[in-house]
Amino acid sequence: MNIAVAIDQIPQDELPSASEAGPAPKRIVVAYGFWIFLLSDIIMFAALFASYAVLVRSTAGGPTGAQLFNQTTVAIETACLLVSSYTCGLMSLAINSRRYLRTYLGALITLVLGAMFLSLEIREFLGMIAIGAAPQRSAFLSAFFTLVGCHGLHVALGLIWLVVMMVQVAVFGFAARVQHRLLCFSLFWHALDIVWVGVFTVVYLMGVSS
Amino acid sequence: MNLLGKLDWNAIPLHEPIIMGATGFMVLVVVVVLGFITAKGAWLYLWHEWLTSVDHKRIGAMYCILALVMMLRGFSDAIMIRSQQALAAGGAQGYLPPEHFNQIFSAHGTIMILFMAMPFVVGLMNFAVPLQLGVRDVAFPTLNSVSFWLTASGALLVNISLAVGEFSKATWWGYPPLSEMQYSPGVGVDYYLWSLQISGIGTLLAGINFVTTILKLRAPGMSYMRMPVFCWTALAANLLIVAAFPVLTATLAMLALDRYLGFHFFSLEGQGNQMLYSNLFWVWGHPEVYILILPAFGVFSEVMATFSGKPLFGYRSMVAATMTICILSFLVWLHHFFTMGASANVNGFFGVMSMIIALPTGAKVFNWLFTMYGGRVRFSVPVLWSIGFMVTFVIGGMTGVLLAVPPADFQLHNSVFLVAHFHNVAIGGVVFGVMAGYNYWFPKAFGFKLDERWGKASFWCWLVGFYVAFMPLYVLGLMGMTRRMQHYDNLSWQPWLIAAAFGTAIILVGVVCQVVQLVVSIRNREELRDVTGDPWNGRTLEWATASPPPAWNFAFQPKVAGLDAFWSSKSRAQATKDEPTPTRKYEPVEMPKNSATGFVTAFFAVVIGFALIWHIWWLAIVGVFGAFMTLLAFSFRRHNEIEVPAEEVARFVRSHQAGVAA
Amino acid sequence: MRYGLLAGLLIGAMTLSGCTEGVLDPKGPIALAERQILFNALGIMLAIVIPVILAILGFAFWFRASNERARYRPDFTYSGRLELLVWSIPAMTVLLVGGVAWIGAHDLDPGKPISSTVKPVNVQVVSLDWKWLFIYPEQGLASVNKLVVPVGTPISFELTSSSVMNSFFVPQLGSQIYTMSGMATRLHLQADHLGTYAGISAMFSGDGFPDMRFTVDAVTDDRFAQWVRQARETGSALDKQTYADLVKPSKAVAPFTYRAVAPDLFSSIVNADMGAQDSSLSICSTSQRAER
Repeated sequence: MNIAVAIDQIPQDELPSASEAGPAPKRIVVAYGFWIFLLSDIIMFAALFASYAVLVRSTAGGPTGAQLFNQTTVAIETACLLVSSYTCGLMSLAINSRRYLRTYLGALITLVLGAMFLSLEIREFLGMIAIGAAPQRSAFLSAFFTLVGCHGLHVALGLIWLVVMMVQVAVFGFAARVQHRLLCFSLFWHALDIVWVGVFTVVYLMGVSS
Repeated sequence: MNLLGKLDWNAIPLHEPIIMGATGFMVLVVVVVLGFITAKGAWLYLWHEWLTSVDHKRIGAMYCILALVMMLRGFSDAIMIRSQQALAAGGAQGYLPPEHFNQIFSAHGTIMILFMAMPFVVGLMNFAVPLQLGVRDVAFPTLNSVSFWLTASGALLVNISLAVGEFSKATWWGYPPLSEMQYSPGVGVDYYLWSLQISGIGTLLAGINFVTTILKLRAPGMSYMRMPVFCWTALAANLLIVAAFPVLTATLAMLALDRYLGFHFFSLEGQGNQMLYSNLFWVWGHPEVYILILPAFGVFSEVMATFSGKPLFGYRSMVAATMTICILSFLVWLHHFFTMGASANVNGFFGVMSMIIALPTGAKVFNWLFTMYGGRVRFSVPVLWSIGFMVTFVIGGMTGVLLAVPPADFQLHNSVFLVAHFHNVAIGGVVFGVMAGYNYWFPKAFGFKLDERWGKASFWCWLVGFYVAFMPLYVLGLMGMTRRMQHYDNLSWQPWLIAAAFGTAIILVGVVCQVVQLVVSIRNREELRDVTGDPWNGRTLEWATASPPPAWNFAFQPKVAGLDAFWSSKSRAQATKDEPTPTRKYEPVEMPKNSATGFVTAFFAVVIGFALIWHIWWLAIVGVFGAFMTLLAFSFRRHNEIEVPAEEVARFVRSHQAGVAA
Repeated sequence: MRYGLLAGLLIGAMTLSGCTEGVLDPKGPIALAERQILFNALGIMLAIVIPVILAILGFAFWFRASNERARYRPDFTYSGRLELLVWSIPAMTVLLVGGVAWIGAHDLDPGKPISSTVKPVNVQVVSLDWKWLFIYPEQGLASVNKLVVPVGTPISFELTSSSVMNSFFVPQLGSQIYTMSGMATRLHLQADHLGTYAGISAMFSGDGFPDMRFTVDAVTDDRFAQWVRQARETGSALDKQTYADLVKPSKAVAPFTYRAVAPDLFSSIVNADMGAQDSSLSICSTSQRAER
């Protein structure tokens, strides 16, 4: 038997363990890779959280979180985002059962809620800048705007992504790779929720209490 | 409003003869290369086979080429640093004024770490990992191409800074407040920021790609404990990339916000905190060291086992050591600034943690040692680099542990002793490692071996040159010389610095030998041709296919039943050589289609970077839009795969087998 | 490899002769203790590093493919006993050196006062672009680029920076420490021998960095008192106005003294009152930097 044959004619167990099963199918690979990306993204947020924690008292005589944060707005923002995660989940179910109308509807509601979140956040930012609490005022405000703004930027990119995906559903239908991408999108959207829970707790709740 | 932002004709340093000379030389080289390609009519070939290729082997080779080119650039900086310091003693100022000298050492560090060592290591992983895992490509081939071209974009920006504007004068770590707008108002730090940011994103994407590849795409039967050690070290390095590079992205983004929008993360005003930057930078920076050295360890493991003719000694302990280093590397960053005034407990903790890393590293050295024991060591070029590494690295490791003792570091921190130490591990470890890998895998990549004689000459020059160049720096560090001095008063330092400059000249000979080695090997490629695909009597799966491998790597999915899969199948083939070879049915292979996405995205990345550096806001917006549209266009592509017909696969296998038989 | 050993020998020779003026030629208790730690750690590690290097070369030579006498053992891939050895040798070394590090980090903590019967002298250090300002709060005077200290007396430093980060370092006296704006670090040193020692900044700080040197004069108590008297009689007073002049970037400044110092100057530099009240100061230094 020659070498080339010897390498792929090795007898193997009938039921190999998972780690010996050979290359995973595309769907698993894509979702797995995206998980790794999300982990790296969360590490980036961790760096921003750490910076915020270091700088939270460095107000340079400027306003503190307790003076600036409006709990009502933040509560509405949180509600928007959490509900949008629920509708995103509904969209995923609709995709699995290949129902176009429900998919579009789920996406639309998710989109509207995401946009509401964003507009509330932008309004909050503009309000703060208007009373002189701009990021250039102090290290604390720099860290605040960067951390919360980075999350907002992610939400904005998510919305653009969602629009693109709906166009792809319209063009390609529920092709395998469109499904993979939608799977990644829903992972992304839920991860943003997790980050927001962190922001809500560390920035807004702890900011007001101290 | 100025359409070109801060950019005008003054940005080109026409009055600086050295810079203009270097620029002129670079332009000349580029023109010659482009002219050569045009003369050969190779543009279409280049575009289809290389620039838009998503083949991991091609991308790996391009990474290594980028690294070799940038090594020449970084090395010329090194020559200038060494010659300047050899001259500028007493009242003399040397030939480089501070504003130029400060750019040179900043560029040297940035280039050597991020645009030489990084691409080289990632390139070797790109080339070898999928082959060793017995699969056809990485998890995300197009993303792989994007990663490479983003790295190349960063390198291009660094090189543009030579001709247009300036590079950072605030060292390669860019500590604020020195790197803030207030103290570095020029574009140098912006070049630094955006070239690192862009290439860093490329590296992060590569890391995600490789973690996924190694964890999810392996040949059937290849459980974790059957992976070649190089794959283990690649896994560890890429886990570190995924965990560390986001911190760099965030840190550089914060510094950019300080510089561009007047934020106060690290500034003197607004209660910014400069210590925050040092911490964040080294939370990335220390793992980065292991991102570079771990794959080099992997190369040495493969080389020592192959050329000793026996399996790696203590495979399990090697794996354990690798993963221990991977985790510990996140717990030691503070040893980069013991002198910041942290409490004794903090300093003591990080000192001891840093030393604990020496434990798995030491175990590795012993395992390589016992790999040779009872072996038949063939002294080919890769082995020379490996043995040179073992000796040199042990010394570098020792001085590293010395620096990890806080009171010793209070004396030696930022001295040229430190410079000698990290060159001792960076050259003796990483450079020797990539050189071993380059000589080891070159025949696999291009189908012919590199010339041994010139390879050995290059090795000896590098080795001797290294010791002559850096041992004097240990002495100087103990004599109280600190790093980054454009000139100095103490005349007793000068003889040592002249010796160091002489050592650099010896290394230069080594670099020249490498270039000659490549040229000679290309010219004599017919004599050096490797028809078997297994020039070194290898042990792992990459040697089971032809050299160079076909785009699809393996005609049939290899199966694995133990460590050193190829070695055992060679024995199996030997044992069953009288049995008839079963006839096999070839099947068509589905391969990812070439894509210009990476190249075009990277083009726009350069545009964005350049526009942001020079404050040309409209151009930055154009660049962002262009990059977005490129990715959008890719996502709407209908067919991402092409099918290689079964006959073509069969034809390739038959011709390869004919070659082996002959 | 031969060259490595050669260079190692060279370093050893230099160490023995002690002919340098660097960290191997200590002139105070801190530097002396640090040199001892350096030697101890080096000694512990050389005990293992030298045999390892010899073993690498020896194994490589003996097991060369052309050596007929060497036994080929392709199955020698694992040995529990050797594994134990392989991990325990570095572990023991790390244990020893780690002990040295942990104890050293506490004994020689820069913030820990030197125990002495002599009352320490306080010095406040400010790194400026690109020179050093030494304020003697008890003596009420200040000096630029020249530090005069009484021999045998602990010196208690408080350090900060007016602009970028620097590192205050007198190799022959021991530990260096960063100077950073907006905060004060602590350091304790002592000179046991009369003499003049070189001081540097060990953290790159810009164009004037290589000339950011100062001298340390370790003198007798009498000479110190004399120097204080002389300094009080010459030069100008250092107040916010003259400090603003001093802050302006300059290179290779010749040493000089101020006869008096505004009492709260150091704390106002640390707390960056100057910057907040007079923001033109920092803008002015910015533009001057930019011109260079």
